[in-house]
Amino acid sequence: MAVLSIAAEEFTEKGYFSMSMINTGDILETIEMFTQDNLDVRTVTMGISLLDCIDPDPKKACEKVYNKITTKAANLVPAVEHISAEYGIPIINKRISVTPIAMLLGACPDADPVDFAKALDAAGKKVGVNFVGGYTALVHKGFSTGDRRLIESIPRALAETDIVCSSVNIGATKAGLNMDAIKLMGEAVKKASELTADRQCIGAAKLVVFCNAPEDNPFMAGAFHGPGEPDCEIHVGVSGPGAVRAALAKLPKDASIDEVAELVKRTAFKITRVGQLVANLASKALGVPAGIIDLSLAPTPAVGDSVANILEEMGLETCGCCGTTACLALLNDAVKKGGVMASNHVGGLSGAFIPVSEDDGMIHAAECGCLTIEKLEAMTAVCSVGIDMVVIPGDTTPAVISALIADEAAIGMVNSKTTAVRVIPAIGRKAGEILDFGGLLGYAPIMPVNQRDPSVFINRGGRLPAPMQSLKN
Amino acid sequence: MKAFITVIGHDTVGVVAKVAALCSELNINIEDVTQSILQGMFAMIMLVDLSNCNVGHEELHARTEALAKEMGMQINLTRQEVFDAMHTI
Repeated sequence: MAVLSIAAEEFTEKGYFSMSMINTGDILETIEMFTQDNLDVRTVTMGISLLDCIDPDPKKACEKVYNKITTKAANLVPAVEHISAEYGIPIINKRISVTPIAMLLGACPDADPVDFAKALDAAGKKVGVNFVGGYTALVHKGFSTGDRRLIESIPRALAETDIVCSSVNIGATKAGLNMDAIKLMGEAVKKASELTADRQCIGAAKLVVFCNAPEDNPFMAGAFHGPGEPDCEIHVGVSGPGAVRAALAKLPKDASIDEVAELVKRTAFKITRVGQLVANLASKALGVPAGIIDLSLAPTPAVGDSVANILEEMGLETCGCCGTTACLALLNDAVKKGGVMASNHVGGLSGAFIPVSEDDGMIHAAECGCLTIEKLEAMTAVCSVGIDMVVIPGDTTPAVISALIADEAAIGMVNSKTTAVRVIPAIGRKAGEILDFGGLLGYAPIMPVNQRDPSVFINRGGRLPAPMQSLKN
Repeated sequence: MKAFITVIGHDTVGVVAKVAALCSELNINIEDVTQSILQGMFAMIMLVDLSNCNVGHEELHARTEALAKEMGMQINLTRQEVFDAMHTI
């Protein structure tokens, strides 16, 4: 409804008369952001430590896991829905992240790891959240007792559960890259896709391979509750690419890039303040400390709620053309600068996401061939996360996937930032075809990947040494 | 417990009356009103006090949504804290 923005300007021109200390133009701007620009709080995620659920008897351990989650998060969904209704703020997802399950698995050598996944699945469904993250192993420097078993069980765990998400940290700036784990993960991604080939290969869409994984990330599929976190806390992930795009659309096309950066900063500030408000309210309502606000711009398949569209609004014909990396670098930086002052504690991934299948503009850019996987790799050097929700040909070998993971991880390791790979090999399909997940995960064209063989490199194994950047002390 | 009710859409007879009648029925006190009509489009903002509202939030939202549907307009009810957070430092 264009009348909203006209009315907002009209009220502003009349001289910013105010109601209860807030001017009417601002009031209408906020309503426009919520109703037309898809501004929302993307997720309220409760982080729950399962360290006190470790038990040598796997049955008892799973029971403790189920009981702890269903007790701590019993009130999560109703409390958050109440806040959403009472304050008029759309809050889309309620989720749970838990201690990496590999840490519990170490104590019970005879357990079937998938039983833990099933316990998480059942507990999540009982409390009504839409995802539980934490079927995770942290192996950046090497494998401890439960890690290898967990990694090998990931494809089966993702096929046999609905809402469990899995992640594995295979590298860090401080530790280097665990090449043995990278080899295993190439195989796990392929297998996760194969086991769910009858369900749009959804298994691989719930699996993220990280370098420098944050321990307080509220966003799926990579959320887990790190061992340094408190027993229970509330994280909030804000969103709002649509609001940023709408703000930029009003800026004249000859406005300087300084003005673009300033406008993104101001919009990010407003968006993040909503997130902080929700974090404070949720923390109070649930009696759980507020953890972090994740400043990420997370797109959805809804038209206009797209990071690619923001870059195009800055002046690119199509996302993926020359200039994309520079515009994305500006966006990512300005969002942080605006968001950091608006929140008490910043954490998680905090940056612009570029998941191809979840972003209407990215889907379009990939379909017309303007956005390639090589350009996406370059973009990940200046923004949050990495090769995310990219569908690749079904006959891509595990070695190629491993090498893709190694490339992304190297970018993260050298630049002291988080990078990740979430690719979905579309079993039985070729480049150019479409894979449709439906819902928030969207759909995507299958993007061609360089299929030359890197298997000698991948089969070497060992640990790729940490770079000089790790020696900061 | 203050909130802003915003009403936006094509201007028709009785918009203010209908919204005010709902407020009166639910014991919501109207503290301030401002409105503007541009090219036949109507935008009204009401500052209201919900402290003595006689229904819960869920029903309040259901009632405003029903009224919005009946009038063919967009009505939003948002707590003042949201605007304070976004527009003041």
